[in-house]
Parts: sequence; C-alpha cells; structure tokens
Amino acid sequence: MKVLAVVEQRDGALRKVSHEILAAARVLADTSGGAVDAIVFGAGAVSGMEQLGGFGADRVLHATHADFALYAPDGASATIASIGAGYGAIVFAATAMGRDLAPRVAARLGVACATDITGLAVEGDVVTVTRPIYAGKVLQHGRLTGATAVVSVRPNTFHPAASGKAGSVTALAVPAFTARVTSKGVKKPDAAVLDVTEATVVVSGGRGLKEPVNFKLLEDLAAAFGNAAVGASRAVVDAGWRDHGEQVGQTGKTVSPQLYIAVGISGAIQHLAGMRTARTIVAINRDKDAPIFKVADYGIVGDLFEVVPRLTEEVRKIRSS
Amino acid sequence: MKIAVCLKRVPDTTAKIVIGASRTTIDETGVKFVPNPYDEFALEAAIALKEQAGAGETTVIAVGTDASQETLRTALAMGIDRAVLLQSPGSADGLAVARVLAAELKAGVYDLVLFGKLAVDDYNHQVGAMVAELLELPCITAAAKMTLSGGAIEAEREIEGGVEVMGCTLPAVVTCDKGLNNPRLPSLKGIMAAKKKPLDAKPVTLEAASFEVTSLELPAERQAGRIVGEGADAVPALIALLRNEAKVL
Ligand SMILES: Cc1cc2nc3c(=O)[nH]c(=O)nc-3n(C[C@H](O)[C@H](O)[C@H](O)COP(=O)(O)OP(=O)(O)OC[C@H]3O[C@@H](n4cnc5c(N)ncnc54)[C@H](O)[C@@H]3O)c2cc1C
Ligand SMILES: Nc1ncnc2c1ncn2[C@@H]1O[C@H](COP(=O)(O)O)[C@@H](O)[C@H]1O
Repeated sequence: MKVLAVVEQRDGALRKVSHEILAAARVLADTSGGAVDAIVFGAGAVSGMEQLGGFGADRVLHATHADFALYAPDGASATIASIGAGYGAIVFAATAMGRDLAPRVAARLGVACATDITGLAVEGDVVTVTRPIYAGKVLQHGRLTGATAVVSVRPNTFHPAASGKAGSVTALAVPAFTARVTSKGVKKPDAAVLDVTEATVVVSGGRGLKEPVNFKLLEDLAAAFGNAAVGASRAVVDAGWRDHGEQVGQTGKTVSPQLYIAVGISGAIQHLAGMRTARTIVAINRDKDAPIFKVADYGIVGDLFEVVPRLTEEVRKIRSS
Repeated sequence: MKIAVCLKRVPDTTAKIVIGASRTTIDETGVKFVPNPYDEFALEAAIALKEQAGAGETTVIAVGTDASQETLRTALAMGIDRAVLLQSPGSADGLAVARVLAAELKAGVYDLVLFGKLAVDDYNHQVGAMVAELLELPCITAAAKMTLSGGAIEAEREIEGGVEVMGCTLPAVVTCDKGLNNPRLPSLKGIMAAKKKPLDAKPVTLEAASFEVTSLELPAERQAGRIVGEGADAVPALIALLRNEAKVL
C-alpha cells in the first residue's frame, strides 16, 4: 500500500510530530509492502525536510506556494486531494492542523476519516484502527473500507525510528485553489511554551498548590526536565489560576506523555480521562487515600512543597551530568 | 441573517459507559443524554448573533432517532426558532452524517452554519469541516473566539503553543470550542415557548459507511502502582525507579 504522510511545519521548520506521522505511515507501508511519501507545505524550503528520509520517507514531496508560509486549509486540502486517490492511506497527526485538514481531505476524496487513532494495522488491503472514544472510557476498533483510508494519529503514540534511507525531495505541483479562509497569523505567548499534548513529560498541578504563584514550583520542575509542559486540573483552570489550554481531562486535553507527574491533584474520574494513557504516572499527594494513587505507577505521599523542590534538584543533577 | 446549528444528542460526560450486546454500540439503558457540550457553544453563539442583529432566523438540525426530539426542544427552549430532525439511527461514519446534513443545509441556504468542534461520544472531530467541503463553504474549526462584522468573520483557534487567527466571509461554517461564550440555560418561559415552536421530522437514509465499527472494548484498567515512600526523602528512590525501571529519565 502506498502511504502519504502529511507532515507539519511552523515558521519554516518541521514540527517534531512529523516524525511520529512518518512512524505511523511506516507501520502501514511495511506491513503491506509499500512506500511512504511525505508531503511538506511551505512558502520555500522547510528546514528538516532533507532529513525526512532518515525517519521513514521514501520520497519527500515539496509543495510550495506563497500562502503556505502559514497554514492554508484550502490550498493544503486541494493539493492533497489532487494526488490522494493514488494512495491507500493518508496519515495526519491529530493536532490543531491535522484535525482541521484530515476531514477536509476525506470529504474531497469522498471517503471516511478515522481521527485520533492510537492503533493502526493493515488486514488484507483494509486499514484497521483503534481509537479512544467517550473521553477514553471506550476503545473503538474499526475498518476503513474506502479506496483511501484517511487517519489522524494521536501525538506521542507512534515512536519515530531512524532509518538509513536518503529520501529524495521532489517538487509537487500545487493545483489552482480558492483560499476561502486565510490565516492572519499566529499569536504566540511571550515565552515559547510546549503544548501539553506534545510534551514527552507533563507536570500537572491541582488545587493542592494552594495559590497560583506556587505553580512556579512546577514550572521549575518542567524546566529541569527540559522537554516538559505544565498541565493543570480543571479546578485550578476554573479558578483562573491557569490557562484553559493547560487543562488535562475530559473537558480539557487528552495527553499521552512518557511521564505524567500529578502534583496536588486528587485524581477525579474526569481528570483521569485525560491522562490515563500516559506511559508512566507519578503522583505526589499528601493524602494517601487520594484516588490518583490508584492509577499512579509511583507515588510519594507527602507535602508537595517539600517533595517538588527536591525532585527538581535531583532531575537537574541528572540532566546536567 | 439565517443561522443554522447542527446538534447531536450524546451521553452525559459523567455517564458510566457499558458496551451493548452488539459489541459495536453502547448500552443506553439508564444513560442520561444531553446536548453535545460543544454544540451548546454553537447554540449560544447563534442566539446571541440574532439578538445583536435584532433580526434573522435560527434553526437547529439533528440527525438521530426520535429520542433527539428532546435534545432539539432544549435548543428551542434556549431560544432557537425552529428545529429539524433528520430521522435516522445515525452512524459512527462522519462523512455519512455530513452528507445528509449538507443536503438539508444546502436546501435551507444559510448565511452561517455552526457546529461543535467535536461530539463527545465518538470523538470524530470532523463533521463540520466535511459539511463545509461538501457545500464548498469557507470553514474555521475549533473557534474559541469569534467576531462578525460587515459580513466578515474573524476567529481565533487554539493551536499547539499559540493562537491562530483565521478570517473568512459569509456564508461560512464555524465549529465552536470552549471559550467562545457561556451557554445560557433555558428559562421557564423559554421551555413553555419551545412547546409551540416548529419541529419538522423527516426520515433520511445514510449512505453505506466506509468506516465500519467492528467492536468496542473497555480499556484495561491501570494497575495501581506502589507508594515509593513518604516526603522528600522518597525522592532519590523515585528517581532510581524512573531511571532504571520506567526508563523515562
Ligand atoms: C462534566 C465535568 C467535567 C470535568 N472535566 C474535568 C477535566 O477535564 N479535568 C479535570 O481535572 N477535572 C475535571 N472535572 C472536575 C473534577 O471532577 C475535579 O473536581 C477536579 O479534577 C479536582 O481538581 P483537583 O484535583 O485540582 O482538586 P481537589 O480535588 O481539591 O484535590 C486537591 C488535592 O491536593 C492534595 N493536596 C492538598 N495540599 C497538598 C500539599 N500541600 N501537598 C500535596 N498534596 C496536597 C489533596 O490531598 C487533594 O488530593 C470535571 C467535572 C465535571 C462534572
Ligand atoms: N448526528 C448529528 N446530528 C447533528 N449534528 C451532528 C451530528 N453528528 C455530529 N454533528 C455535528 O458535528 C459536530 C462534530 O461532530 P463529530 O465530527 O462527530 O465529532 C458536532 O458538534 C455537531 O455540531
């Protein structure tokens, strides 16, 4: 099966999730004996594009257009749709861009779309998927029987594997399109913050932090890890201590990091819905009966104001050694 | 201005989910159903826009069984003018649903069509964008802020590490995220008025899906781990476990 991987760039550089998209595309191509093309959108050259071969792309298709400096939904979907029928599967990431783009492409091709998948396989020539539904309370198994299977994969689920492939870059013609919507740019916070859905480590805080200023403790811990984001329970988001974008749980974001550290969070069912698929869960709570300990791999019972600074110090030591 | 809102009936987010005998759908016995929470942002936006304009018409449309009538009445009680029920058992295939919605919306000729960004049952996150493509309309997804002036929409959507500002002109499709507004609750007067508002029900046939659900499964419960120790003194032991056992450090 020929597979198209729709990788992502921002500000002229490939995003990390691109390698995960390729890893998922490789699963399909390898089990069915096929090749992977990666499509890159940009106003010009995109840094990291030449290295995509090493992450599993047999070919890199480079689609350039002045509008592609920013996310251009109509141009991107028209371009993918113009070549999409030649592929058995098209793989996106379930990111802000992929969630917007995948259904557009599926509709243009007249096929179904399976979003936010965590499992992927090929049976015969049919792509099968596993996806969490009902906020992760249920796993849905399904088959995509259309000519092209359109899927988006949950970030942090497929792990990039380096290969020795070169991966040649070829220019791809962009068809004429009408830009029905246009991006007027991206507003960024002053400091670059890693999104909780994409970080390998998430350090989340709850009401146990007592006051908004105390989140500094968690920011320090996240900084010690380096590749970490700060998350929050709904209780502290509703109280206005933290931004909604950081909320983890049923009505917030679903995260699947390698490591999730819950600090001063009781572990309500709605919070668990957003983080139970993390690979390793650590809980720090002074109440030994807090429900968070029922899902945590490792727990420390104690006062977070003593435990967290010590943890930060130890992590810093390791990272700097 | 004519505004349409697409509304799905979904289980309450706190409902305990039990897999049904067919293994492909859930057991609805005893489950409380509510309007999809993200669709409530769309309903509120539609009602508020009409109030601001002082004129216009708002329509709510659902694809579902007759059980969705109750959900549609809730929307009417909030202040939507009329409701349409496209009677069908529904489908997990977003495109199948999008096609019947698109046909109804095309006939109605709306200036603005609002959706939720996702339905909290099947987590598809796709029907709004698909309908827009089928109708060849501009589409902004997951809008957490929206302003409308002189026939132009500007909306903000949360993306990883920032906020993307998107613009388009009417007619358009917008899918709504948390942050857009605070949905009102139906008033007693609204509930009374809703009983007299028009609700047209008509049967539709969904096309054969190209996404088939083969089975549902409950995820494996996480095994409770161990308490490493108490207080800051337990930190070195935790670090050792994270390095040597979990291999995440
Ligand atoms: C429809 C619905 C949707 C919801 N969606 C979400 C969601 O998306 N995400 C979410 O998180 N919640 C959600 N909730 C809310 C959820 O039910 C809980 O109310 C919330 O998660 C509690 O937040 P918390 O753990 O920060 O606070 P609490 O439950 O108050 O817990 C605070 C914890 O901190 C501990 N603590 C206090 N002081 C210290 C200290 N000094 N050191 C160590 N530990 C300490 C306490 O022992 C306690 O366990 C939702 C609820 C509903 C009804
Ligand atoms: N059966 C349905 N009837 C009406 N609207 C629907 C239906 N299914 C989905 N929608 C709309 O499409 C949005 C996205 O749903 P989904 O793509 O299923 O996550 C919902 O928030 C609704 O606005």
